[in-house]
Amino acid sequence: MDGVHDLGGMHGFGPVEREANEPTFHEAWEATMYAIMRASLGGGLYNLDEFRHGVERMDPAHYLRSGYYEHWLDGVARVLVEKGVIGQDELDARTEFFSARPDAPAAAAVQAMPATPAEGLKWLAPPSERPATRPPRFDVGDAVITRNIHPTGHTRLPRYARGKRGVIHRRHGSHVFPDSNAHGQGEQPQALYSVRFDARELWGPSAEPNQHVFIDLWEPYLEPGASRG
Amino acid sequence: MGKNHPNVDKYVVSRVRALESLLLEKGVLPPDAVDRVIRRYATDTGPMIGVRAVARAWVNPEYKARLLADPRAALADFGLDFDMLRVVENTPAVHNVVVCTLCSCYPWAVMGLPPTWYKMPAYRSRTVVEPRAVLAEFGLEIPESREIRVWDSSAELRYMVLPERPSGSERMSEAELVPLITRDALIGVADVQLSPRG
Repeated sequence: MDGVHDLGGMHGFGPVEREANEPTFHEAWEATMYAIMRASLGGGLYNLDEFRHGVERMDPAHYLRSGYYEHWLDGVARVLVEKGVIGQDELDARTEFFSARPDAPAAAAVQAMPATPAEGLKWLAPPSERPATRPPRFDVGDAVITRNIHPTGHTRLPRYARGKRGVIHRRHGSHVFPDSNAHGQGEQPQALYSVRFDARELWGPSAEPNQHVFIDLWEPYLEPGASRG
Repeated sequence: MGKNHPNVDKYVVSRVRALESLLLEKGVLPPDAVDRVIRRYATDTGPMIGVRAVARAWVNPEYKARLLADPRAALADFGLDFDMLRVVENTPAVHNVVVCTLCSCYPWAVMGLPPTWYKMPAYRSRTVVEPRAVLAEFGLEIPESREIRVWDSSAELRYMVLPERPSGSERMSEAELVPLITRDALIGVADVQLSPRG
């Protein structure tokens, strides 16, 4: 989708603001949100592409006003409700409970703890590479042109790199295809490539000199191209 | 708190706790998960494995070749099984910098959790279109004669920069080199200095 998350090349965000000696988590709820995401992804309640698409569908103004872990909260809650893991009503009711009792620990609202504790906390995302089902269409050095597509669902072809000429820099093997995996249509593994773009192809005359951008793109995003990028 | 840390509504804190309690109740969230996260990131991690791999690559050409060609095998030296890393090498002719324009993909496995600026719109929007301007804000001036390669992590591959070894460090050991190497150098927004920048 052409969402607010697709930020590459946008103007107006000002300088990069850095914080000296930044802590890993600024507030306790951020660590909680991190644990929730790791455990629910690791436990297989949703996949990484469904999670990302959940975040992308945030209200655009809210996305820009809020920070990273609030994005996670919004995206995780949306996906868990959509999948029926939790109900919107119970989430809202429990949010009200903790708003009224801000000092109560999470366990204060738990009706009954399950007999068998969950073990889903995983530190790394599951691997995305899969055995190839057919030979890759492109070779290193091949000229390609990215498709000019604007799907309303999830895609990992950034807006700034659509309809652009590039060159295959490297082949990465076959990987889960986010555009189908985010929508319950299976992994449908596709060849994945590192594609090199000259900055002038992406940005025209305003490009900085002597710059290339490398983007990892799945085969369905690419068509054979005639000239080198 | 500035733009990086918008004041969080109490609603957000309540909603996270609501989600936590529901997932505890449904047996999705292990009861000790939050404690484990806090423990892990209190002691861990930062870019430790990445830093050690870079220091070893600087002193050991065979290791460097392996890190570039077969990162999984190279990372196994540090007890990590991670096959999604790609290492890109800075040279006098090429400077590399890493970004994720679509979300905030970052090589957690070797570099810990990303800094907030990496996840905010300014860095994500600007690095692909004006990397020299962004790097200059970090204090890194890249002349026009040096190519800039920007790696937009749009898939599950994760990119780490192998920075240039600072001149004057030729006689230093692997262990002496480790403390010179910063997280920012592995992202590509800094180079490695013999002594910390003033």
